[in-house]
Amino acid sequence: MNKKTHLTRRQIGRAALAGATLVGAPLPLRRAAAQSAGDLKVALLLPTSGGQAQIGQACRRGADVANAVLADMKIPAKLAIVNYDTETKPDVARTQAEKAIAAGAHVLVGAFDSGQTIAIAQVAEQKGVPLIVNIAAAPPITESGYKFIVRNFPTAPMLLGGAFAMQKEVFKASGVAPKTAVLLSVNDTFGSAMVGGIKAMFPKLGMPYELLDVITYDAAAKDLSVEVAKAKATKADLLMMVSRLTDGKLIVQELVKQRWEPMLINPGAPGTYEEDFIKTTGKYGEYLLAMEPWMDPKSAMTASLEKHHLAQFPKDQFDLDAGFTFEALLIAAHAWIAAKSTKPDALMDALRKVKIDQHVMIGGPIQFDAKGQNVNIGVAVLQNLKRAPTVVLPKESAVAPLVFPQPGWNDKRRT
Amino acid sequence: MKTRALVTLAALLVFLVAAPAFLGGYALSVLILVLYFAYVGQAWNIMMGFAGQLSLGHALYAGLGGYVAAGLYTHYGIGPWAGVFVAVAAAVVAGGVVGALGFRFSLAGVYFALLTIAFAEFTRIGFDNWAWAGGSGGMFLKVERGVSDLVNLRGGPTMFYYVILAMAVGIFVLCRLLLESRLGRYWLAIREDAEAAQAVGVPVFWCKMLAVTISAALTALAGVWNAFYYNNLFPETAFAMGRSIEMTLSPIIGGLGTLFGPLVGAVVLTGLGELFTDISDQFHIPGLKQIFYGLALLVIIMYRPAGVWPWLAARLGFTERDK
Amino acid sequence: MSQDFLLSLAQAITKGLLTGMVYGLMALGLSVIFGVMRVVNFAHGEMMVVGMYLSWAAFEYAGINPLFSLPVIAVIFFGVGYVLQRGLIQPFINRPEHQQFLLLLAVATLVVNACLAIVGPDSRGIQLDSQFDSYELGPLVFDAVRVHAAIAAVVIAGLLWFFFTRTRIGKAIRAAADNHMGALVVGLDVRKLYAITFGVGAACVGAAGALMITIVPVTPFLAAEYTLLAFVIVIVGGLGSMTGALLGGLLIGVSEAVAGLLLEPSLKSMFSFGLLIVVLLLRPQGLMGRKDSR
Repeated sequence: MNKKTHLTRRQIGRAALAGATLVGAPLPLRRAAAQSAGDLKVALLLPTSGGQAQIGQACRRGADVANAVLADMKIPAKLAIVNYDTETKPDVARTQAEKAIAAGAHVLVGAFDSGQTIAIAQVAEQKGVPLIVNIAAAPPITESGYKFIVRNFPTAPMLLGGAFAMQKEVFKASGVAPKTAVLLSVNDTFGSAMVGGIKAMFPKLGMPYELLDVITYDAAAKDLSVEVAKAKATKADLLMMVSRLTDGKLIVQELVKQRWEPMLINPGAPGTYEEDFIKTTGKYGEYLLAMEPWMDPKSAMTASLEKHHLAQFPKDQFDLDAGFTFEALLIAAHAWIAAKSTKPDALMDALRKVKIDQHVMIGGPIQFDAKGQNVNIGVAVLQNLKRAPTVVLPKESAVAPLVFPQPGWNDKRRT
Repeated sequence: MKTRALVTLAALLVFLVAAPAFLGGYALSVLILVLYFAYVGQAWNIMMGFAGQLSLGHALYAGLGGYVAAGLYTHYGIGPWAGVFVAVAAAVVAGGVVGALGFRFSLAGVYFALLTIAFAEFTRIGFDNWAWAGGSGGMFLKVERGVSDLVNLRGGPTMFYYVILAMAVGIFVLCRLLLESRLGRYWLAIREDAEAAQAVGVPVFWCKMLAVTISAALTALAGVWNAFYYNNLFPETAFAMGRSIEMTLSPIIGGLGTLFGPLVGAVVLTGLGELFTDISDQFHIPGLKQIFYGLALLVIIMYRPAGVWPWLAARLGFTERDK
Repeated sequence: MSQDFLLSLAQAITKGLLTGMVYGLMALGLSVIFGVMRVVNFAHGEMMVVGMYLSWAAFEYAGINPLFSLPVIAVIFFGVGYVLQRGLIQPFINRPEHQQFLLLLAVATLVVNACLAIVGPDSRGIQLDSQFDSYELGPLVFDAVRVHAAIAAVVIAGLLWFFFTRTRIGKAIRAAADNHMGALVVGLDVRKLYAITFGVGAACVGAAGALMITIVPVTPFLAAEYTLLAFVIVIVGGLGSMTGALLGGLLIGVSEAVAGLLLEPSLKSMFSFGLLIVVLLLRPQGLMGRKDSR
């Protein structure tokens, strides 16, 4: 009887220890796999599984080729990049950020989604480790008082300001301008930020057209015929569409089916430049204009990045997800070189002072203001030409002429 | 309670209280998640395990709680300790509506579950379009570094750890008391045979309503904690069905209707989750971790359908009576 | 009421009806499974997604039109469903709902993430030649692809009706559903019948997937909303009633379309859920369900 009790108590103790080990076990495993002391350890936190997997994986591709491009451009930095999956969940993002720091990360990069990014920012702020945001448009990220964050992506208002300025350029360059417009937007986090921004900014933008209506639709909609019909009923000259991939395709298909040919502009949303969109819409997706931050075709670094991306991922599209993620790593590299140390405070200081002239995305040098926001990011005008998103404005970066107004659906030019 | 059980419990408590002193940031963040899921699982357990009503829309209460408290804080500067009362009230009203409608119209099983899902989804879309709550753009709380402000719940993980630990301990004590009380016995009777219970005079409708509202209120507290810990809220995540489902996993896997089921379930699931993440990292196949996780769930529900805790308790020699 | 508005309304209703047919087919599978075995198939949307992937793969790699790969996919799904039921689900039939729920949730997680791992997260769609065609009836424009899908859905539903009312096995299944004990007493092999039922239900879902891919592209994460949609339709239409499932599909399809026209489009789904709540409260057996079939 006694013996039995004795054994059982030991078993209990073991069970408790096992539990604790289960929770703490990953740590020594990670340390064992750590890289050599000379590299800068960058933890890349992205949603590579879960609902945002498509974009997370696209971002990661930009990071996978980073070291090759840095070597090409003779930048003396080698990054030890460790990938972490946030599973499209903020609580996972948070624990993975903790894990990364425990494993010795000097810098965190991520995370595309605003909710996950903020979860990571809490950890970065708490532990005093710099976080470089590659993509995330919600203004509060740099407005909430975080000191250890820099963001190399435009906020929704910045994006819109640039996008509408570029619209004016399009009208100026072609000599044609619409008199009325309607906005059709998806009602998710990004879409509502865009709509809110547009509604707030529009009165002061001085656009040549009047905004007749704003029509929003649910992100999960499988059928947009009613929405497009509503838009068509406004008889506007210009249709601005804020959508993602699937709904973007639906919108174009509906436009064709309902035989409506407005001027078609995407004022900064994803979707219309993506490979799947272009492939599915075929000739009807041609000539669609999108105002996006984009890679500068005239930059040598962009060429190198594109080359390496194509070599390693021949079947995947090279777009701004990869571009911005690479730039985040470029920023980390520059900060490291300037700081000459991997200490977090030194790195953060260097990050705040960084000024990078040669980079990948269109716009002025990479530089962060007091809140950690890069305000020099430019917006380009992309036009789907020959089944690829092509930069047509600004002139310095253009590789093809702008076609505006856009040809009708049955126009001979559409092939 | 047997001595063996008491000793283990005491040791566990000591470990948990002392944990921040020796656990690193990562382990602590994982432990925080364990305690969170144990807490919220226990809250859900009250409704399901004690009163037998399957709710798959519990994120409704957590979301409401979080949004109300966070909203009061960001718009009016009302701290969470005051805001929590309003948050809980909102959740109680919601739970009351769901419960009243469901029970009045005698919905049970999957029908009731669908009602809960419908309410959660309805609310989600509503919040998506509500400007005061930030719409689908989300609600954000301001952060301050190096502050440990318990009044406004601004601070580091350690502070939040102790808050959730207190909440977890609190809810276990509460459930223990509830189970032993007359209400607890009524619940047992209703679970066994609702018609017979009605026949002998048990106020079935009110007991069920109490289960729902108590569960909703406690879940709202978790929502408040969550909002202040993560400092941001989006309707599409706060009221998501995925969240609701997450809340049910720990208690079902751990052992429905038992006192320690949710805690054991939370430990097992979170532990497995981290283990699988580590293993999957070696292979670079996205989604691999969730495949392992799904397999684990499958194995557990097939071979231990009553939950891990009852089996574990028997193995460790704790008395059956002490659930 | 202006002419334009009436036209938009009519257009919306027809669009809703067409889409609703395919929804109905998807829900039919669920209705059959739940109606007979009372199993809550939380992996329903996931099964549909696999059907969509198979159909897409057949089109992408072999150029087979989904209408032709549909029968093959249905047969495959029948087989898999049969085995799944026999092997995995049978022991859970009389278990409490939450255990069934967790079992199928686990299956759903596995399926979704296996799809993610194998095919990747990018959305996969197909481009039929008839993608932009339409039929015109007076002022109304019918989308050709949707018309074909709707017709196929009706045909399949018809086959199913025939199976359940005219064949011996079909009638045996309905008997077992109505009165389990009676069926056993009469000597029916209820287990086998259940397995067949699940197989049939799965075949419906697979077929619906093959049709759905012509309308909508597929990603692994579409599954959860389809599961929910299927449940909403089945509840509204009435569990265990085939006509109910189709009717429910039509109703949801139309109400979504009309709500989108009349209300703010982003509130469309809210309307469907509101409808669900009302039905649950006022007529929980659904439109076509019998009062005792709960």
